[in-house]
Amino acid sequence: MHAQDKVVDPNEVVLWSDDYEGHDVISTRTFGFWMYVLSDGMLFATLFAAYGVLSYSHSYYTGPTPAQFVAPWYTFIQTMALFLSVLAYGFAMTALKSGSKAGVVNGIIASILLGGVFLGLNIHDVLRMISIGVTPETSGGLSAFYALTQVHAAHIFIGLIWMLVMLYQIMRQGFTEDTVGRLISLRMFWQFQAVMWVFIYIFVYLWGYMS
Amino acid sequence: MLVNVPGPWSPLLGRLALSEIPYTNPILAPLFIVIVLAGIVLIAGVTYYGKWGYLWKEWFTTVDHKKLGIMYIILGLIMLFRGFIDGLMMRTQQALGDGPGDNGMKVMGAIHGYLAPFHFGQIYSAHGLIMILLAATPLLVGLMNIIVPLQIGARDMAYPYLNALGLWITTAAVFLIMISLFVGDFSHNGWFGYAPIFELAYSPGVGVDYWIWTLELVALGTTLGSINFLATVVKMRAPGMTWGRLPVFTWTAVSANIIALTSFPCLQVALALVGADRYLGTHFFTAGFGGNLMLYTNLFWLWGHPEVYFVILPAFGMLSEVIPAFSEKPIFGYITMVLASFAIAGVSWIVWLHHFFTMGMGPYVSTEFSIATMLVGIPTGVKVFNWAFTLYRGRLTFSAAMLWSIGALFLLLIGGLTGMMLAIPAINYMVHNSVFVVAHFHMMLLCIVYAVFSAIIFWFPKIYGFKLNEAWGKIMFWLFSAGTFLVFFPMFMLGFMGETRRLDWPFNPQWGPWFDVQEIGIFVYILSVLAFLWMLYVSIRDRHANRVHTADAWGTSRSLEWLTDTPVPFYNFAMVPHINALDEVAWRREHGFMDKKPDHFKAIHMPNNTPIALYIGALTFLVGFGLTWRVWWLTLASLILAVILMIYRSNKGDPGYIIPAEKMEEMDRESKARMLSDDSHQVPHGGGFSGGTVTAYTALDRDASGSLTPPNDSRHL
Repeated sequence: MHAQDKVVDPNEVVLWSDDYEGHDVISTRTFGFWMYVLSDGMLFATLFAAYGVLSYSHSYYTGPTPAQFVAPWYTFIQTMALFLSVLAYGFAMTALKSGSKAGVVNGIIASILLGGVFLGLNIHDVLRMISIGVTPETSGGLSAFYALTQVHAAHIFIGLIWMLVMLYQIMRQGFTEDTVGRLISLRMFWQFQAVMWVFIYIFVYLWGYMS
Repeated sequence: MLVNVPGPWSPLLGRLALSEIPYTNPILAPLFIVIVLAGIVLIAGVTYYGKWGYLWKEWFTTVDHKKLGIMYIILGLIMLFRGFIDGLMMRTQQALGDGPGDNGMKVMGAIHGYLAPFHFGQIYSAHGLIMILLAATPLLVGLMNIIVPLQIGARDMAYPYLNALGLWITTAAVFLIMISLFVGDFSHNGWFGYAPIFELAYSPGVGVDYWIWTLELVALGTTLGSINFLATVVKMRAPGMTWGRLPVFTWTAVSANIIALTSFPCLQVALALVGADRYLGTHFFTAGFGGNLMLYTNLFWLWGHPEVYFVILPAFGMLSEVIPAFSEKPIFGYITMVLASFAIAGVSWIVWLHHFFTMGMGPYVSTEFSIATMLVGIPTGVKVFNWAFTLYRGRLTFSAAMLWSIGALFLLLIGGLTGMMLAIPAINYMVHNSVFVVAHFHMMLLCIVYAVFSAIIFWFPKIYGFKLNEAWGKIMFWLFSAGTFLVFFPMFMLGFMGETRRLDWPFNPQWGPWFDVQEIGIFVYILSVLAFLWMLYVSIRDRHANRVHTADAWGTSRSLEWLTDTPVPFYNFAMVPHINALDEVAWRREHGFMDKKPDHFKAIHMPNNTPIALYIGALTFLVGFGLTWRVWWLTLASLILAVILMIYRSNKGDPGYIIPAEKMEEMDRESKARMLSDDSHQVPHGGGFSGGTVTAYTALDRDASGSLTPPNDSRHL
């Protein structure tokens, strides 16, 4: 039976949404950002696929293989810096729940500093590798290595800029619908980059070191 | 890090030089003059009539989803025309150049035909890229933009500003590929590119760079758009619009945008890696140094095949709206229609290898991809049967929109069955890279074009308040169909006869007659383009006679977009409707509720216009142009400026504005008065070959008390 066949009382039927207050702005925006994170995940998946295809021994041509140049302990410090940065951001978000502006600001500052440590160590590591002749122009394998790690680093860089913008906005505007929504989206972004880093650390650095 | 390019380079102008402008080219130079003159006339006209302020306020800075959608469609139609001209040039080259002899005109150094191979290569590359990404995609995105929010009862898209940004970034891509005509060259190795020909060593010019950055910009714009569509449908549905009541077109928009969201990153990465090879000297896709040629092909088609379904699914959605409206029946098998859309979307991810079976991945892998490809035929078959059963015992009106839809079904059948043939590796090896494949995918893409024309004719009155001329719509349909038949059936034949694609010199004289038939077909296509322009002219000229005075322009339409006033006011719905049924408008019509107005109104919140999206779009064009010509300062400056604008916009925010309830009531009254502004209340109804009436329209009988007499026909199948 079709819905059309039911008897409808014209005096009872609801044709217009009287008590509809429109969509919730924060949840709509964070949902959209979650969609973006999904597409970012596909971006990393594609880079991982390229790295996988370009990690055979012949992919390194006559150049070095990751076992010869990665430094998992050094990179482990990076890992810890990034995790602590995510933790600090988590503290900022707990402070947000209690409405503490100082807590949010302090948490984000700590997060920026630790993220900055991660990025600084990354740049230092890249310079070290380039100084010993490990450059992206050497071989397809190294191209893929640099693409994956440095695209991640670029995300971290963008995240840091975003955090600076958020600091400014929170201090100027306080907790508005706009800023709270952005803080939640930034949390998703930041945690997602940490998750991607876990994969990179395992598949690129640890696995590369072992192989 | 940066690779040294062959030829001169300066820090100020990069690789730009006067010699890059092809002013001696006898095709491009006159074209350039024509475009410049047309541009001057346009600018002078707008200035003379004092329309700059109007254009700026109402169009360039708008965030209204309907206006953005219209601009997307205009963009798509212009590029459809550009792509058609490319097609015309290719057909003419093959018709002139066929045979062993030197029978060409040799105007541009060509030995066969009138185009040199390098020039011909650019034309087929641009044709493919433009038709898929800059014609079909903007047309579909534009229609989704207009219709999806209306179908779910929303006032706008979830992120109106992001919507504008998507349009202007797509426009930047269009400008980039258009400027490649007059400054430098375009890529010459096919729209999807081949490794390692696109490497700097083998393609030292800027053509490939234009190709990379055009694609990257479209990919960016489309990804932003897909996020917007998904958030809109998930979060902005009106109360009562449950998932089970979502119109099929919106469902296909959801499935298509899930594909776009997840697949476009693959394209972005694939092309960014090509860019890295060309700019930074990496070795992803080089023939030596550990690069992998087939990695590129895999990554590209990993996006490429889902993209094919990204463009076909909304077209299926359009057919699912037009066919029920002109069959006066609900869509047959609503649930299977939705499931089939998602089945197609899902399977789209596991078929990409069928684009290059000849890579030689072995029988097991080929078999998997062969079977997966054939699986697509099941949900597609379900859809075709559903449409057929919707037509079956329907009260059919052969209006122009309906003709285009039925034409699309025929093309889908031919394209689908030849697709099944191509899914079999043994056949595929025989016809790989032949024009049989080209004819096959043109059937599918023309199916989309048919659906788009159908949808434009169908939804035009909703947006503009008057109908397009039915007779000319049908004349255009028949001309277009004749052109399709004359161009692509010979192409199937030539494929069987062994003609490979992209031949600037078809050497076999026995193919000659087929090329001549195709050339005739192209001239018929030209007539159909003229018929289209004439249809627009006649319709606009007679717009008062063709006015629509009802919300439900066709009198038989079903989904929610037909509930609001015609033309749709900027706020879409004065009061957000409460949804009671699948096919809400049909339900209201059959229960006699179409004329029931809300008895009170509420204040609504609307977003402000902003020029920032336009500025950022322009800057992305400069980024692309700077990267193409390796003008580093321009690239960096534009990029930084774009980021600064984004941060500026983020700091400023958009509080929007509130329209109070009394104002809403007044605007609603005015809008309704405008709609009814003359006395002809009958539902206009077209039909027959040249616009005459084939079936009579039966209005619902309604007695004085406003209750209704239920319809007594096959609507309740």
